[in-house]
Amino acid sequence: MGILDSKVPAGPIESKWTNHKFNLKLVNPANKRKYEIIVVGTGLAGASAAATLGELGYKVKAFSFHDSPRRAHSIAAQGGINAAKNYQNDGDSIFRLFYDTIKGGDFRAREANVYRLAEVSGNIIDQCVAQGVPFAREYGGLLDNRSFGGAQVSRTFYARGQTGQQLLLGAYSALSRQINNGSVQMFNRREMLDLIVIDGAARGIVVRNLLTGEIEKYSGHAVVLATGGYSNVFFLSTNAMNSNATAIWRAHKKGAFFANPCYTQIHPTCLPLHGESQSKLTLMSESLRNDGRVWVPKKKGDHRPPNQIPEDERDYYLERKYPSYGNLSPRDISSRSAKEVCDEGRGVNGGEAVYLDLSEAIKRLGKKSIEEKYGNLFDMYANITGENPYDVPMKIYPAPHYTMGGLWVDYNLMSTVPGLFVLGEANFSDHGANRLGASALMQGLADGYFVIPYTIGDYLATTKFSPVSVTHDEFKKSEEGVKEQVKKLLSIKGKITVDEIHKKLGRLMWNKVGMARNEKGLKEVIGEIKELREEFWKNVNVVGKDNDLNQTLERAGRVADYLELGELMATDALNRNESCGGHFREEYQTEEGEAKRDDENYRYVAAWQFENVGKWNLHKEQLEFEFLHLAQRSYK
Amino acid sequence: MNNNLNLKLKVWRQSNPKAVGAFVDYNVSVSPDASFLEMLDELNNELEKNNQEPVVFESDCREGICGTCGMVINGEPHGPLRKIATCQLHMRNFKDGQTIWVEPFRAKAFPIIKDLAVDRSAFDKIIQAGGYISVNTGSAQDANALPISKDIASDAFDSAACIGCGACVATCKNGSAMLFVSAKVTQFALLPQGQPERQQRAEAMVAKMDELGFGSCSNTYACEAECPKGISVRNIAKLNHEYLSAKCKSTNVEA
Repeated sequence: MGILDSKVPAGPIESKWTNHKFNLKLVNPANKRKYEIIVVGTGLAGASAAATLGELGYKVKAFSFHDSPRRAHSIAAQGGINAAKNYQNDGDSIFRLFYDTIKGGDFRAREANVYRLAEVSGNIIDQCVAQGVPFAREYGGLLDNRSFGGAQVSRTFYARGQTGQQLLLGAYSALSRQINNGSVQMFNRREMLDLIVIDGAARGIVVRNLLTGEIEKYSGHAVVLATGGYSNVFFLSTNAMNSNATAIWRAHKKGAFFANPCYTQIHPTCLPLHGESQSKLTLMSESLRNDGRVWVPKKKGDHRPPNQIPEDERDYYLERKYPSYGNLSPRDISSRSAKEVCDEGRGVNGGEAVYLDLSEAIKRLGKKSIEEKYGNLFDMYANITGENPYDVPMKIYPAPHYTMGGLWVDYNLMSTVPGLFVLGEANFSDHGANRLGASALMQGLADGYFVIPYTIGDYLATTKFSPVSVTHDEFKKSEEGVKEQVKKLLSIKGKITVDEIHKKLGRLMWNKVGMARNEKGLKEVIGEIKELREEFWKNVNVVGKDNDLNQTLERAGRVADYLELGELMATDALNRNESCGGHFREEYQTEEGEAKRDDENYRYVAAWQFENVGKWNLHKEQLEFEFLHLAQRSYK
Repeated sequence: MNNNLNLKLKVWRQSNPKAVGAFVDYNVSVSPDASFLEMLDELNNELEKNNQEPVVFESDCREGICGTCGMVINGEPHGPLRKIATCQLHMRNFKDGQTIWVEPFRAKAFPIIKDLAVDRSAFDKIIQAGGYISVNTGSAQDANALPISKDIASDAFDSAACIGCGACVATCKNGSAMLFVSAKVTQFALLPQGQPERQQRAEAMVAKMDELGFGSCSNTYACEAECPKGISVRNIAKLNHEYLSAKCKSTNVEA
């Protein structure tokens, strides 16, 4: 399968990236301004890419569906960003971060990409500090670190509980500077609805102006997608309301393979559901697990208030099952364990919640110290639940949070469509089957600041471009298709609202393609999603007009895409007859209930080629582990 | 078990920037555990079912950090509670039978787009005028080569916590953006990285703010009271100091 050439350079892992950078062709500085690069999405990955490409002298057009790049959902990341600085002298190294990430991903990521990620991680911290990001510091004035799940070293840099905000504002400020000097043209409130492929290469995009409804066309020499993940397919997730899969999905339908769609991360520390009207689930940073202990009553039916349950009647199940990592076990394992104890009927009041208890830490370190570390998280909790977490242990439950799957990319971050590059959560490349905490910010910024600026230059320098303008037939065809879909959605005038269908889809996905999956459920859900899709196109009610700000219409287009993507997620989960990371197939587990990988048959990236709605062809990229030994993941 | 709250809403509806708007009455029944925006979600779902156009309002993260949401609730930006954004306001803070007035953020520099959505792109333009440290990717030194005292880093963080929601402008009788501008200027003025461009930054951002139609500050402190992140008016004092000293030394003497 020549088409899935990962383009990983030869040589020892430590020198792959260095050698590769030397071998990449460069674009003459004077020629850079002749190249137009389209960047879609301006979160951490997109803003850092657009800013850096602008600094280099390319002509950049950046697009966001938000009113400002500062709104991107990267802003909500709380806990921190990993980097192999070894400032704590606790044995960290590039190799250890590489190892932890591969192992955390259950040996389903590409070694060379992950090593590069670890290699540039230190540069990210340097860059952010230079931009004025106010990271937490120690009394001596040097940077402070904390620990995160899946690691035994302290390598997480943080800015109180608002690390994502501060990093995004850093990238946003760099982007603003390039907008000011004219190298980046910013298009806010535009939603990408199609990718333009001409002579086999990505040459532009078609967007809807969300204020006027106008369909606009933009051409370029390359297109960069940094549009985030697809957790909102579950309706309830920790993602922002508007986070969506439309840009990557439309690109997928234009030829970009979708890799490992079934790898979704269910985050262990979120607030439990409160009722039917719930619109999203709120994450409590995993950093709380540094000082918090997770427990449920030992006995089923023990509905006493938590403070009245004596110590010896509590089951600190993570510490019991995984003594060496304890409460800092990786996310997939922690989530599954919470589900397990709740399924046994030992959840809080027999429901779906477990305690996250910081009372010991409050006693040990004092309220003030805890306030300093987690104050904003505690306030948020109190606000939402009406309970004071300084007095009563918090209640948490897992929720969809991040998607490791995404568009397939090679070592250069280029998809199967030449000239289409994919960064950050939107690609599949670095986290395998499970992402470690504080690694998403690292990957987004690594891709945007330190990888794409090199690799896109090589593509531009080695490709012969024929002139393309928005009058090309492909643009016209695409514009007509997009307008047709908008018209169709508005003309159905059925009985069910967009949200009602989205909630139905979400429930199907959560029940059958969620924390635990099995063959029977997956086969059923594929049929159920198809039925729901038919119902959507027959009976949805999208009110309002097309030439106006119409939020219902925006959501309808996104849900239409989820109804196709959901089926692919189930198809991929059904194909993968093993358990690994966030993908847990009930049929494949060890006697102790741990995920059981099948390295012989499934040590590959499943990359799906779109043929028709509901029909895909599977391509495989075999994963080779040259530098690390494949091992059963153990956190015991 | 139904402990729902029955409320009367008076919501500002305006079909486009030039149209004449008006309050429209709606009755809702909602769980006290729902958030204010979830209450509006439910209202919109009902409106859609009856083929009526839903109320346009903006929101995204619903965790109080992205700054997208914002409306004036019973006369106060982000509603009656302190230090939270609209998305974090929960219905248990209202009483059964209460009437709630819901309006967009109003300010000359924030034109209304539709219903409760306003255009805050003026904030982006102020940042573009100088709200950054000019450092190209790749040219940074090792992060620990520049020690910064814990207190200064912490003060800089307090200023950097601004989410750009615009409540400060909406609540100000002058429609002033001084709290927003001063927070960014102060963050960088405190940090060693911000020193090289310190003066021109203060000048450029203030000039842009004035150009975009924001009003002046008359020290009523309403901005601090309504700020969901508790940004202090001390930032404004700092900005005044920064601006004055920049102007004194400025080479851009006005004609």
